[in-house]
Amino acid sequence: MLEPFFLRALAAGIGVAVMAGPLGCFIVWRRMAYFGDTMAHSALLGIAFAFLFEIEPMLGVFAVAALVALALLLLQRRPTLSTDALLGILAHATLALGLVMVAAMPWVRIDLTALLFGDILAVSHADILAVYLGGAAVLAGLAWLWRPLLAATVNPELAAAEGLRPERSRALFMLLMAGVIALAMKLVGVLLITALLIIPAATARRFAPTPEAMAGLAAVFGALSVALGLFGSLEADTPSGPSIVVAATAIFLTSLAIPRGRAETGR
Amino acid sequence: MHKHAVDHAMDRPPPTPPAAAGRRNAAPLVEATGLGVQRGGRWLVRGVDLSIRPGEIVTLIGPNGSGKSTTARAALGLIAPDEGRVRRADGLTVGYVPQKLAIDWTLPLTVERLMRLTARPNDAALDAALARVGIGHLRKASVQRLSGGEFQRALLARALVRDPALLVLDEPVQGVDFTGQVAIYDLIRTIRDETGCGILMISHDLHVVMADTDSVICLNGHVCCCGAPQTVLESPEYLRLFGKRAGETLAIYPHHHDHDHHADGSIVTTAGDTDTAGRETPNA
Repeated sequence: MLEPFFLRALAAGIGVAVMAGPLGCFIVWRRMAYFGDTMAHSALLGIAFAFLFEIEPMLGVFAVAALVALALLLLQRRPTLSTDALLGILAHATLALGLVMVAAMPWVRIDLTALLFGDILAVSHADILAVYLGGAAVLAGLAWLWRPLLAATVNPELAAAEGLRPERSRALFMLLMAGVIALAMKLVGVLLITALLIIPAATARRFAPTPEAMAGLAAVFGALSVALGLFGSLEADTPSGPSIVVAATAIFLTSLAIPRGRAETGR
Repeated sequence: MHKHAVDHAMDRPPPTPPAAAGRRNAAPLVEATGLGVQRGGRWLVRGVDLSIRPGEIVTLIGPNGSGKSTTARAALGLIAPDEGRVRRADGLTVGYVPQKLAIDWTLPLTVERLMRLTARPNDAALDAALARVGIGHLRKASVQRLSGGEFQRALLARALVRDPALLVLDEPVQGVDFTGQVAIYDLIRTIRDETGCGILMISHDLHVVMADTDSVICLNGHVCCCGAPQTVLESPEYLRLFGKRAGETLAIYPHHHDHDHHADGSIVTTAGDTDTAGRETPNA
């Protein structure tokens, strides 16, 4: 019989994977993988601030991730460093600052390993509720944003010329990403969130004829990775967060061996 | 006002296409007067007058960095002009064919899904738009697998399915070989004649400018010259900008009916834009 803690982990993990899949597709399409990494790295700083001001950690993570996204948008306005370099600075500055701040607060006992690699087996009923309510809000937001965001992803000029607002879509998408990072951090940790966003989406690409199908398949592959990873970690007694990412990678590699689908070969 | 244009627009020579003639007195879809845009203290473009009426084709030409795209973007309202005025008709529907559209392999997109990107056409409208540009058979094809000519046609169909009052074409024949270019220009003229939409076209390709263009605006940071194609070709400002030989090499593509129609009214596709193997093309 499965232990209750394991079932809680499974429920929370699948909830995160289902919202991460569709969002991850846009990260792949828009080539924002490194941007996602940067926002995830800033989550540790969010935790530090949450302890400093005694607020809910998820709120701290969301706020800091959103601020990092805003900072990048503002820095990109002026032609200085390349986006690549700006992201490198933001990612590591926020991660380092977070580590320093956590260490400077000796009265706070924080399990750093759990923050970096997740602690999915320790999720509570309240966490599951947060994942499903937050996840529903993120998916509803994405569904509402889908059309203009997809048009802006194909070509921002085209979207703007035909009456959509690509800049606004992009900013709202970043907010959704901040939400996913805040919800997923406890489960897989700041270092592995991007993997959960990107790998299932990359797996889904070869089997999807349309963007919508790819989003749905990414959610399925993500949920499958969570289940496989958790059972694997239970069997082999390995850390659960990294095991989920290893399972996602294994599914991705297996999918490469499957003959090319009709969707990919086109006509 | 900073403007030294030779404005020959008034003595536009006949013949005028019948579809356009009836709409000549209609209100402009877009009208810009003394348009100027500056960035970082430098004028990208200044002193441009532009007006597009229903059924009219206006072509912006000029070298790279001459302000063609800036002018078009300001006319569409994507950027605010720093000088001058832009007026657009109320509720103007725009169909846009962007320059250099590369769709990443990671984004699975069929021609059909591309058509629904900003519009919600029904199946009949979708088929009609594809048939009009001559790629009805490619509805389910993945956009990444189209040839240059097929892709430009798909982009045109996508813009058309919106039933636009104004069609904006930014370099519509890029990546298409010469034979294919002629076919696409033919298609653009047919679209104008049949739908009566206004067309704003941007081109840096000076070798082929449609004779069907009602007016050509030659830009080089300012309006270098403007008027009917032949007028621009002969203007001293144009020859100074592009050199003496430009007048000789610029082949204004003449209006002649050299294509056939399918039973449904679509144009028989020239083989040249899908397959150049074993063929001699003029630019090969």
